[in-house]
Order: sequence, then C-alpha cells, then structure tokens
Amino acid sequence: MNTDPPKIQDYAVIGDGRSAALVSRHGSIDWLCWPRFDSSSVFAALLDQKVGGHWSIHPAGDAQITRRYLHDTNVLETEFSTASGKIVLTDFMPVTSEEKKKEQLWPEHELIRQVRVAQGEAHLMIDFSPRLDYGRIVPQIKNAGKLGWRIDIGTCVFTIRSDVEFVQDGHGLSGTATLKAGEVASFSLSYSAEAPAVIPPLGDLVAHKLQLSIDWWRNWADQAKYEGPHRDEVIRSALALKLLSYAPSGAIIAAPTTSLPETVGGDRNWDYRFAWLRDAAFTVRALFGLGYKDDAEAFVNWLLHATRLTRPQLRVLYDVFGESPPDERVLGHLHGYAGSQPVRVGNEARDQLQLDTYGEVVEAATHFVGTEQRLDREMQQMLRQCGDYVCAHWSEPDNGMWEYRDARRHYTHSRLMCWVTLDRLLQLHRRGQLSGIAADKFEKAWREIRQEIEERAWNEHLQSYTQELDGEALDSNALLLALHGFEDAASARMQETHRRIRARLGPAPGLLYRDERSAEKNEGAFALCGFWEADFLARGGGSLDEARGVFKAALAFANDLGLFAEEIDPITADALGNFPQGFTHLGVINAALSLRDREKREGKLEGPS
Amino acid sequence: MNFSSWLLWSVVSTVVLTSVLAGSQGIGMTRMNVPYLLGTIFTPNRDRAKFIGIILHFVNGALFSLIYVAAFQAVGKATWWFGTLIGLVQAFFVLAVGLPALPALHPRIANEQYGPTVVRQLEPPGFFGLHYGIRTPISVIVAHVIFGAILGGFYSIR
Repeated sequence: MNTDPPKIQDYAVIGDGRSAALVSRHGSIDWLCWPRFDSSSVFAALLDQKVGGHWSIHPAGDAQITRRYLHDTNVLETEFSTASGKIVLTDFMPVTSEEKKKEQLWPEHELIRQVRVAQGEAHLMIDFSPRLDYGRIVPQIKNAGKLGWRIDIGTCVFTIRSDVEFVQDGHGLSGTATLKAGEVASFSLSYSAEAPAVIPPLGDLVAHKLQLSIDWWRNWADQAKYEGPHRDEVIRSALALKLLSYAPSGAIIAAPTTSLPETVGGDRNWDYRFAWLRDAAFTVRALFGLGYKDDAEAFVNWLLHATRLTRPQLRVLYDVFGESPPDERVLGHLHGYAGSQPVRVGNEARDQLQLDTYGEVVEAATHFVGTEQRLDREMQQMLRQCGDYVCAHWSEPDNGMWEYRDARRHYTHSRLMCWVTLDRLLQLHRRGQLSGIAADKFEKAWREIRQEIEERAWNEHLQSYTQELDGEALDSNALLLALHGFEDAASARMQETHRRIRARLGPAPGLLYRDERSAEKNEGAFALCGFWEADFLARGGGSLDEARGVFKAALAFANDLGLFAEEIDPITADALGNFPQGFTHLGVINAALSLRDREKREGKLEGPS
Repeated sequence: MNFSSWLLWSVVSTVVLTSVLAGSQGIGMTRMNVPYLLGTIFTPNRDRAKFIGIILHFVNGALFSLIYVAAFQAVGKATWWFGTLIGLVQAFFVLAVGLPALPALHPRIANEQYGPTVVRQLEPPGFFGLHYGIRTPISVIVAHVIFGAILGGFYSIR
C-alpha cells in the first residue's frame, strides 16, 4: 500500500452538522469521527495510512479524476474516467429539516456513497477497513445477513449495507463489481448509540435522501443575501462554515481535523475540533453580513451558554456543548500526516490566557444586537462582566491570539481587543442598550489602552505597529487595528504599517505570514491574513482595484473545490494545517463583504462573477 | 386486593425499573432504549416516540404488576424474595419470548430474513435482545428483579 498521504488540498469534506468526513481525491474516506466532531475516529488514514483505517471506492486501473460539489450543496461528486468508462462517485451525509426527519425513520448518523456508471463499463474496487479509536481498535465485523454487516462496539453499533457483495478479509471488508452504463451501486454506513438502531435500506431511499440533502443545502445557500463579487466562492465558504457548525448547540468548530501539520514533518500539529471564542466576532459579522440571522442567533446563544460557567473569566476554547475540552494527549501509535508527529487530541491552549477573547465576545454581541435591538438581562450581565474583567486585567501579559506556548507577552492585538471591549460597551451604554456599567471607569481604561497602543505599539524607527508593546517584530494582525476601527485604514500610520507588513511578511500576492517568527522559520503563510489584507484595502487602506487584486490573488490558493486550510506553502502552494479551516473561510466572507460595501460606496458594484 | 397499595407500588417499581434500564443504557450496559422501542410502534418521530414509549411503559408496568399482585394474593404472602422470583421469570419471558416476537408485532422493526424496507428499518432485538448489546440480558434481568422485589417487599395484602 502506498504510504504517501494525499496532499491536504486533495481532500474534500462532507458532513451533517454534527460530524464531518474527509474524502480524498481518489475516493477514499480517510477521516471520520462519530458521533461528533471531537469523538474518536472511525477512519484516520489521514494521520496514518497503515493503521488509521479508511473506506475506499474507486475503479480498477488508472483514472483521470475530477470532482465538484453539486452547485450550492455539500454533496460531493468525484468523476473517474478510465480506459473502459466513466463513473461518478457521490458522497454525502444525509441532511434535511428536523420536521422532515420526524416524518420518517432517520439514522442517528449516516454516510452514503453511490456509484453510477456514466459511460462504458467500470470494474469497481471497494475496501472498507474501519479502525476505531484512532486506529487502536480493529473491530470485529459480523455478517448480519440481509441486515448488512455490523460492528457492535459496546455503546454503539455501526451498520454497513451495500449493493455489492462483500467478503471479509483480514483487514475488514472488500468487494468488487463490474457495472455497465446506467447501473448504480449504493453503500451506506450508519451509526447508532441507542437501540433499536435504524438500519437504512438502499435502493430508492438513497435517491430520496440525496434529493432531500440537495434541497436542504440549496435552500440554506439561497438564504444568503449576497450580491457582491465572487458569489460562488463566498457561498462555498459559507457552506464550509455550515459544515463546521454543530447543529444541536450552534457552536462552530475551528476545523474538523486534528494534527494536520502547519509544516509537513513538523511538530506544530494541533487539535482544532473545538470552538474558539477568538473567532466569535468574525463569525457573527460573516453570518449577519450574509443574512444568516438564525445561524448567528444560534451561535450567540451558544456563546452565552458556553461562557456561563466560567464567567467573568472566559476560556480560550470550548467543546460543542460549552464544556472544557479534554486534556491534551499525544497518540504515539499514529505515524502522523506524512510523518508529522506528534498527533494530538485535546488542546492545551484551553488553559492559556488570551485577553483578546473578551473583545471578540463583546464585538460579536454588538454585531448581534445592532444599534436598536434591546439586550436581555443575561446578555447585559455578561457584557458588564467582560467590561469589569478587562478593566482589571488589560495591562497583563497574555499568550496572544497565535497561542504561542512560551512566556506571556504584552501583545498589541490583545490590547486592541481590550480597547474594543470597552469601546463597544461604552457605545452600547451611550445608545441606552446597556445599563449598570461603571462608565467612568470604563472610559478611563479605554483612554489608557488607546494611549498605550499609540505610544508603545507604534515603532517610530520601523514606522509600523508591532506585534508587542515596545517590540521590533511585525505581525499581520496589526491590520486589525483598522478592521476593528481603532485606526482609519487610510491613516498614515496604517498605510506605513501595511507597507512594512507587505514587504516583510508577504511572500507572494495574496499571501501573508502571520508574523516574523513564521517568516523566519519558513512556515506556511497564514491564509486568513491574505484576506485581512484584502479587507484592509477595501476599507480604505488602498484603492478598490488593489483590494480586488489581493482578494482574487488570495482566493487563488483555495483547492479545486474552493476550500482552504489554515496555511499555504508559499513555494508549492500546498495547503497546510487543519482542513478545512473555518477562520480562513470567515476571512473570505468578511473580506468579500467589505469589498461589496466599497463597491457600493463607489457605485461600482459588479454583481456576481 | 389492596388497590391503593398496588397503585402506589406499581408506580414506584415501574419508575425504578425504567430508571435502571435507562441507567444501564447510560453506563453502556445496553443500547436498548425501551421507550423508543415501544414508542416507534406509533410514530417514526424519535422525540415523540420516546414520550409515547414512557407512557406505554408505565401502562405496561401497571398491567404486569397486576399479575404479581394476583400471585401474592393467591399464596397469601408478599415478600421481596417472592417478588424477585416472579421478576426473574418475567425477565426470562421478556428476553426469550417477548423481544424475539417483536418483529412480528412492531410495524417498524425490520425482518432478519428480508432485510430493512422503507417502512421497517429498525434493528430487530434478536434472541435475548443480544443485538442491542451483549449485556442487554443482564440489565433486563436486574431491572425486573428489582421491580419484583419492590412490589413483593412493599405491597401489603388485605
């Protein structure tokens, strides 16, 4: 077996709003965690081709492969063209409205794969090799006759059903079939934690579920009120973000994978299957900006619920139900993606101090309520607690938004977000939406933070804002000073800062390293930062054409399906880090919204392209 | 028959029986969710099925407890060990006869010989409910033994 893993960008993602699977370009499901994003894996070949487990379906022999999502859906089609014919593999996890689910039996989780021969004839090869608990358990698969094949593993049962006859081998199940043009073979893997499990039949029901899923995704995509540039890419980002949202709670996780490396062969491999408060402000702005009010509301409700137990202190990250993520552990038995060790589950960053989270939460709440809506008592209490906490702690060093695991520092971005906390609270107070705050105290701290940033984060010698107070190093997140309204994007200081960042942190148009540590270590460029630059330019930091150019250049680093990882290798353009990454897709949406607003202002809205 | 004593202790014992079965699902002894199993006779809606199933389970508890009470009255004695014995018999009956017969009675349970259909998609329990987890019989026996022990121990013969 070839032990070289596919490139990260060669994966696609499918999901059901509770869990997600990564499907390789060659038709192999190499990552699936059930029942939720942060559960242990069923397939983890992504992290170890030999022991991780996979489920591949592909034609025998060489094939030319193309793939796409059905328009405005998360239903994946992979087309294999071989010497003898052409087959289309459709992968999806069934989704539909809760109302429709109540009208029929619906498995707790299901992944459906369907092969249709479009032309000629195809010899199919299927290899179903699940390895539970991150490859540690080789499950016993029992033949349940007409009910399919079962894996009974204590508290849950997996059922695999197939139109192709399987034989059991030492690794799992395998099957072969020769299909002619027009013939279809379907496969279903389902999961249940309670009995009686729903064992879905194949045949017409697969077509029915496929149609329901297509309709549901398209209906959701149609709700977007976006008529700006690059409509398809923006909606793809929204759909990717929707795949990262956990429907029962409204949480949005950072990415559905763990330990995809930020440098291939490196050790910066983290578990991103949790929800970061850091993403809150960008998330709410993106969802509201696109018109997804219900999703934004669900996310804010999750935010209120998740933070309830730890307030006034906020954790950096929470699990989908607002609990603390598990302790970070190293899975030493896994080889890691292309040998990138260690493989980690859980995330130690949960114990870091990141003062910027307060600003993110307050900014998210401010977006949510707008300028007229009343704040309920609980929201007001949370906001007051955030303000009081920031007044007491803003001058402390912290770990910063990049979560470096070294000494705490006085990061400029953390100061900025403390300023944002107080700035937004004072605005809400002035508009009469928030009462009971110590306005004088807030205002005093607000002034002190502003003064400190202006005096100590600005480096006269460099003519730039720097990563930390009295520092010499640059950080792309200095562009956020304009995005959060601390400085005008067109101000002399921001213009100079942008010039320095582009010169020292920009390896290529559309790409920026996050900071000089990354640039010096030849790490990947941080995909989000390219979109921050486009956003900055669109907000007045440059001309409209400059903004459009940077946005287009940054978009070009998406994979063939429009998906982004966390980072981009500036030399090979390969995706790096966990995939797909919500933060990057938020960047796409927010930059597009700023670009649209700029085009509107200048009367140059081009419409969808 | 002591009506008020039967009413009180049949409710109490059914509450405990239901809780033990739910608890054994919670701790991974079995996947069997009895309210869901019963409720899906009437609806495919997962949430509504569980609600209907709980009501149905309580009605079952009351009806079955009548058999226990009849036995206590017949021998003129109600003790915890006698109740336990009846509970044991009932548990074996449920496991060996009741659950395997379900596919014939339940409109949504699939048939092992023909496989699932659009209407019948629910996993059949199999002999002794083993399809719902290998320790399902233990939880069923423990729950029914406790059910019988409570009835036998607290029901007062009039």
